Amino acid sequence: MIAYLVLFLVIAAVIAYFVASRRAVAVAGDDTRGLHSRPIYHGLNALVYTAVPAFIFILLWLLFEGSVIDMMLMSAYPGADAMTGSERDLLISEIRQVAVGNIFREPTPEITAAVEQIRSLNATANILLGAAVVIIALAGAALAVTSVSKRFLARHSFERSVTIFMIFASTVAILTTIGIVASLLYEAFQFFQRVPVTDFLFGLRWEPQIPLREDQIAGQGAFGAIPVFVGTILVAALAMAVAVPVGILSAIYLTEYASPRFRAVVKPMLEILAGIPTVVYGFFAVLTVAPALRQAGLSLGLDVAPNSAIAAGGVMGIMLIPFISSLSDDAFAAVPQAIRDGSLAVGATKGETIRKVLLPAALPGIVGGVLLALSRAIGETMIVVMAAGLIAKMTVNPLDSVTTVTVQIVTLLIGDSEFDNPKTLAAFALGLMLFIITLFLNLIALRVVRKYREKY
Amino acid sequence: MSNAAETPTIPRPAWKSPEMAARRRKRYAADRRLQRCGMAAIVFALGFLVLLVASLLYTGASAFIQTKARVTIDLTSADVSADDLMGAPWRRIVRGSLLALEPTEIPRSDRRAYFRMFTSSAPFLVRDHVIANPDLIGKTFQFEVPFSDPLDQFAKGQISRDTPEDRRRVSNQQIGWFDNLQASGIVSKPFNWGLIFNSDSRFPELAGLAGAISGSFWTLLVCFLISFPVGIAAAIYLEEFAPKNRLTDLIEININNLAAVPSVVFGLLGLAVFLGWFGLPRSAPLVGGMVLSLMTLPTMIIVTRAALRSVPSSIREAALGIGASRHEAILHHMLPLSMPTILTGTIIGLAQALGETAPLLLIGMNAFITSPPEGVFSASTALPTQIYIWADSPERGFVSRTSAAILVLLGFLVLMNGLAVFLRNRFERRW
Repeated sequence: MIAYLVLFLVIAAVIAYFVASRRAVAVAGDDTRGLHSRPIYHGLNALVYTAVPAFIFILLWLLFEGSVIDMMLMSAYPGADAMTGSERDLLISEIRQVAVGNIFREPTPEITAAVEQIRSLNATANILLGAAVVIIALAGAALAVTSVSKRFLARHSFERSVTIFMIFASTVAILTTIGIVASLLYEAFQFFQRVPVTDFLFGLRWEPQIPLREDQIAGQGAFGAIPVFVGTILVAALAMAVAVPVGILSAIYLTEYASPRFRAVVKPMLEILAGIPTVVYGFFAVLTVAPALRQAGLSLGLDVAPNSAIAAGGVMGIMLIPFISSLSDDAFAAVPQAIRDGSLAVGATKGETIRKVLLPAALPGIVGGVLLALSRAIGETMIVVMAAGLIAKMTVNPLDSVTTVTVQIVTLLIGDSEFDNPKTLAAFALGLMLFIITLFLNLIALRVVRKYREKY
Repeated sequence: MSNAAETPTIPRPAWKSPEMAARRRKRYAADRRLQRCGMAAIVFALGFLVLLVASLLYTGASAFIQTKARVTIDLTSADVSADDLMGAPWRRIVRGSLLALEPTEIPRSDRRAYFRMFTSSAPFLVRDHVIANPDLIGKTFQFEVPFSDPLDQFAKGQISRDTPEDRRRVSNQQIGWFDNLQASGIVSKPFNWGLIFNSDSRFPELAGLAGAISGSFWTLLVCFLISFPVGIAAAIYLEEFAPKNRLTDLIEININNLAAVPSVVFGLLGLAVFLGWFGLPRSAPLVGGMVLSLMTLPTMIIVTRAALRSVPSSIREAALGIGASRHEAILHHMLPLSMPTILTGTIIGLAQALGETAPLLLIGMNAFITSPPEGVFSASTALPTQIYIWADSPERGFVSRTSAAILVLLGFLVLMNGLAVFLRNRFERRW
């Protein structure tokens, strides 16, 4: 149905384009210079007027059709008021399945009635939508085509439409942020109604596997996020311990010591490390790094967990090397040559120049880069999902298995979309924390770079 | 010269003294140490790159070939009629053909172990082959049946004969049968086209990436269709039209921040807003593409703005000077000139989106789906989520499949980035 409507819109818009531009030519007579706008603008204007309002109408309709029909169904269904949200969702999906012909068991009379209703509702909705779209499109086309005249400012009208689209496009970024904040706050608020904020922020036990039914035997559920935060910080710290020294040292070598040819070959190769998808790093950690570390630990008499923090953190550190390296590179490049020359002229060696002059001068840029990398490490998901543990432990032992915020978000939400139990809502509370922390780190990083950058 | 008398004479350091020489040596040694540390850091990083690629190649290479047995299928009996191909006794037919491979009669009690050497879906494979080629009915033809995963690994040398029998998944008896089959020359190891053209399966020997590749294609298509026009429009507005005020400042800060938001948060957005509030279908490439387009949008905007800025203003002024409107100057002149740069950035952005996993997991694109998606609304996986699913599978055979899938993904990434570099070198203008 929708596909046919879109096809109709496309055809109608193209026809409107040709009709309007022909008409503009006809109106102009022999001398097209008499027209304010060239015929193509009359055509384009008609095209926009025909297709765009109707298309927006289709999108809005699609957004609200499902929930309106659900509401009408449930208001007619006997006993629906007494149901919980998930029971209602289950019922609705059963009705929809039966309506399209997937019958798993003999439907009850109520469901059969509801199916009849949903079919008639769907049919009505389709007719209404089709009629409305045709009317809107034809009205737009008629308006645009009839307004074609010598003095009609078709170019202005079309450019106004383009500008409106451009303004809408630039607000998408804001809408996305609003969407993120709103969804996280809303779901986290639901969570904090069931679990007090203080329990979440300061609790020392994280056991989100709660019983879903009364008779189920499971943990009681505890949502103290401190162990998860500790695990996150541990993994991020291990990643930074690998990435910061290696990244800065390689940047020093590449900017100060390497020949241009060496640099031209090695720098892109380092950048490859940043282009590899994180799921690949995750598999690499599981396949190669973790067993190797375990073997090494055994030979030293240490007990390394199979999903140790050090494997996940170390691999994450490797992923972050090019990130820190290229940001430090920029910071070194921003230090003027005169400062290097001055230091060398008073007799410092190259190494002393780097350590005592270059590094302090480039420090704000480097610190900013490290903070950005830290925010990435905290938000990084796939490596830890595959290589770190699931159980939250209060430990800072890098050989032990820990869990992180992102691991918990993913494991709590995979295969689960019911938003009415604390287990899934907890993921949104963690997501909110993650969003706030990374936002702060990014803002601080940008500020550090801006404020403390030496002006030469 | 009274002035000279007042300046205190600075004692010249004894440069040649042994103490100074030792000090110099120390300073130069520190210098060399720093240089060596830098070199070591680069070797460390690149060493891991090599190790990563090598370990993937080492484990993944074997998944590109598949051990198969050439079986003669006899459809001359009356059991198979064109009217009811689905209902024909495929299992009996195929098992009969498999038993015929072995020179000696296999006792009934051992047949279970014997049949387990071949993929358990063999009857369905033959059935589908016959349905696709109905002229085979009533004839005798050859068909390549894949071996099951343990035998496949044995044939590739990943399971050794020397391992004690109770510690390997292939019994001595099966090895004996396999040797017989090999001696009769029906065992072959062709390139594993199934890895590319099959969909996901519970059995490693049949699992392929077709569903994941087409899922990724649809996802990226949606992502491109949204982020390309919206990104360019936003960039043009911010670069050329936007008044300098608090609102546009806010938009700029927003764009920079969005570029640094963790990807899993975008997944939460997709789950709560697109699935929860708007009720869009779960696991659909449509939703995946929408989420990824929000993630690539900042990249798109930043790239396009830089491209527009690099077009010399003489172009715009010339267009305006001969009477073009601002829109015309941009759409007819500046945008076409900066298009190569924008396309390069778009391809790089799409390559990043292709490797993105976490948001797709949250919107359910990690489902077990055995057929390629028909469009943007049907449930599907994507390449990175397929890798995640296989990496999580307990069967041993999936380890090499996962590495192979990663190699396929990396292949696509190399292709896309290569295309971007080509575009940049071939079409980009330097002003």
